[in-house]
Amino acid sequence: MAYLLKDVSILGGSPTDLAIVDGVIAGDAPEGAEVIDATGLVALPGLVDVHTHLREPGREDAETVETGSRAAALGGYTAVCAMANTSPVADTAGVVEQVWRLGREAGLVDVQPIGAVTIGLAGKQLAELGAMASSAANVRIFSDDGFCVADPRLMRRALEYVKAFDGVIAQHAEEPRLTEGAQMHEGEVSTRLGLTGWPAVAEEAIIARDVLLAEHVGSRLHVCHVSTAGSVEVLRQAKARGVRVTAEVTPHHLLLTDELAAGYDPVFKVNPPLRTRSDVEALRQALLDGVIDVVATDHAPHAVQDKECEWAYARPGMLGLETALPIVLSVFGEKWDLIADRMSIAPARIAGLTGHGGDLSAGTPANLTLVDPSARRVVDPAELASRSRNTPYAGMTLPGRIVATFLRGEATVLDGKAVK
Amino acid sequence: MIKHLRSAADLDAATATLILDTAAEMAALSGREVKKLPALRGRTVVNLFYEDSTRTRISFEAAAKRLSADVINFSAKGSSVSKGESLKDTALTLQAMGADAVVIRHSASGAPHRLAGWVDGSVVNAGDGTHEHPTQALLDAYTMRSRLGRLDGLRVAIVGDVLHSRVARSNVLLLTTLGAQVTVVGPPTLIPLDVAAALSSRTRVSYDLDAVLPDSDVVMMLRVQTERMQDSYFPSAREYSRRYGLDMPRMKKLPEHAIVMHPGPMNRGMEIAPEVADSPRSTIVEQVANGVSVRMAVLYLLLGGK
Ligand SMILES: [Zn+2]
Repeated sequence: MAYLLKDVSILGGSPTDLAIVDGVIAGDAPEGAEVIDATGLVALPGLVDVHTHLREPGREDAETVETGSRAAALGGYTAVCAMANTSPVADTAGVVEQVWRLGREAGLVDVQPIGAVTIGLAGKQLAELGAMASSAANVRIFSDDGFCVADPRLMRRALEYVKAFDGVIAQHAEEPRLTEGAQMHEGEVSTRLGLTGWPAVAEEAIIARDVLLAEHVGSRLHVCHVSTAGSVEVLRQAKARGVRVTAEVTPHHLLLTDELAAGYDPVFKVNPPLRTRSDVEALRQALLDGVIDVVATDHAPHAVQDKECEWAYARPGMLGLETALPIVLSVFGEKWDLIADRMSIAPARIAGLTGHGGDLSAGTPANLTLVDPSARRVVDPAELASRSRNTPYAGMTLPGRIVATFLRGEATVLDGKAVK
Repeated sequence: MIKHLRSAADLDAATATLILDTAAEMAALSGREVKKLPALRGRTVVNLFYEDSTRTRISFEAAAKRLSADVINFSAKGSSVSKGESLKDTALTLQAMGADAVVIRHSASGAPHRLAGWVDGSVVNAGDGTHEHPTQALLDAYTMRSRLGRLDGLRVAIVGDVLHSRVARSNVLLLTTLGAQVTVVGPPTLIPLDVAAALSSRTRVSYDLDAVLPDSDVVMMLRVQTERMQDSYFPSAREYSRRYGLDMPRMKKLPEHAIVMHPGPMNRGMEIAPEVADSPRSTIVEQVANGVSVRMAVLYLLLGGK
């Protein structure tokens, strides 16, 4: 299948034609190519998410690889990294290969499994990281996300061990002793609401420790969902010293604050929790400065009964894939180079996904998405492709609509609808 | 009139005063021979208790019955998300039963807020987790007003585990709304860092009980659970009671007119010495009696009784 995108704006540049032939960006379109009028549309390299929960295997009532892949494609993504906290945990070559294969079968985005750092995410004993790396799934990111690798000696060993295959440990930074029973950001609002606080220092202390460990052993470290101004300062200093650390921020931490907990609706419960306005400002600046490298969704689908309950009993997490780009657009405006870097190029580099995060030049793989920046959309949970409904943005009017997404030249989304 | 009483913050000064004045009328009527008023005849009040609290449940039950309401006790003790029916399903059941008011006690902060989204009737918070217990604050305010004649300008010390206390939160909100000056006192581990910003700018913090007592009209002792020791909030029960317990020598530091309160149940010998609890300054027994009148007033006003 060949496509000719007429009058498309590549990364906000002046209108031009873009041809897609045999899975790659081409100089010219052949006779009979399907012509898409892309007037007013912006082409971006397909987005890449380094932090997605697809829930399969184990919680197919909340999401499957297929439904999550569809949500991703509709959000403009061409690759997602699937977190390991499934049931069974993705801590063996067998499970990561299963997830990888399900992704191939769905065929809507590249699903790159993340392997668990420790067996069963228990934080006691290393999982077979090498076996997962050399499996068909070709795992390069390892994470116990959901839990912190809290034991400093184990964290050190993990950082060292994955050097052999250029792996990276993605840390969910949360000192568990400081967050026992924690329900929301520790501050004025938690005091008022009588909910146990999750102090910023519980994140910052782990990041500070881990950048020192990574520096000591000369390894790569990736920090998941940075949420506090203090964490930004720790990262800024570490990067200035040359530590090989990368970091992500979620769309919700770039927009929402802890005040939203006031009605006790668990749709706003997430881990790490929503923080304060000044944290939000610091995170935005850090993303602009490059102290934070990428936007990652931490897309976390949950079944209705896990959210329609008391705050303390609800599971933490929010949907993110279908709203990430609109949120980033609403926060930063049409800074297309920034968006392409933080949502595609840098995450592809961190995840080692060659073929994604390209520059849309001729000869590169045709992984791209077309955005209509002038469109406005009211978020309706019922319209989401995800199997779950736990979006914190219900009723919000957001800019930007994904019109089309192409994975290796095949349309996964056309006219704003998934092709399958 | 407001529809729900989920937090003491739902009450402005006028509404809170109306409740206290109505409670005084209820108390006067209850003192007469005929203890039952027909005000809520044909209305249904459900006591939905997820936590054991016989004293609070009995107080609400007595209040509703004296107003001639039909009372249904729905004990859901031990329920959690893992076992038994969900709060939402229970709410739908109560809705189908036509509950005009649901009085809820729950171990999860915010459960009354959730419930209010699922039922049409009024929701009254009878204690939710470590959040609030607004009718306790109302009966405390009522007790202070009847003993000392006013609330405006009153100096109230709330002493103990403020961090985990729903009584403290509701009292700080309500008393400052009514013009009192509140000082929360306790070890720094049990006083939230930002309590004034979170609750009311008319709140002061002190870690020194002895310094606060001479300038207090009311001292309210909070129950301190000895389990807090295991979490290192303080080293031992003995050290706690030595630094923050109200014993006879400390009580003598209070002004002549000052009163001593406790929401109960007490740990005698821990936060309060038995001689203090049983002294004439103590209002502990009155607090229980006033509880019924205040809860009658709340149900009467929320349900628009005639
Ligand atoms: Zn995480």
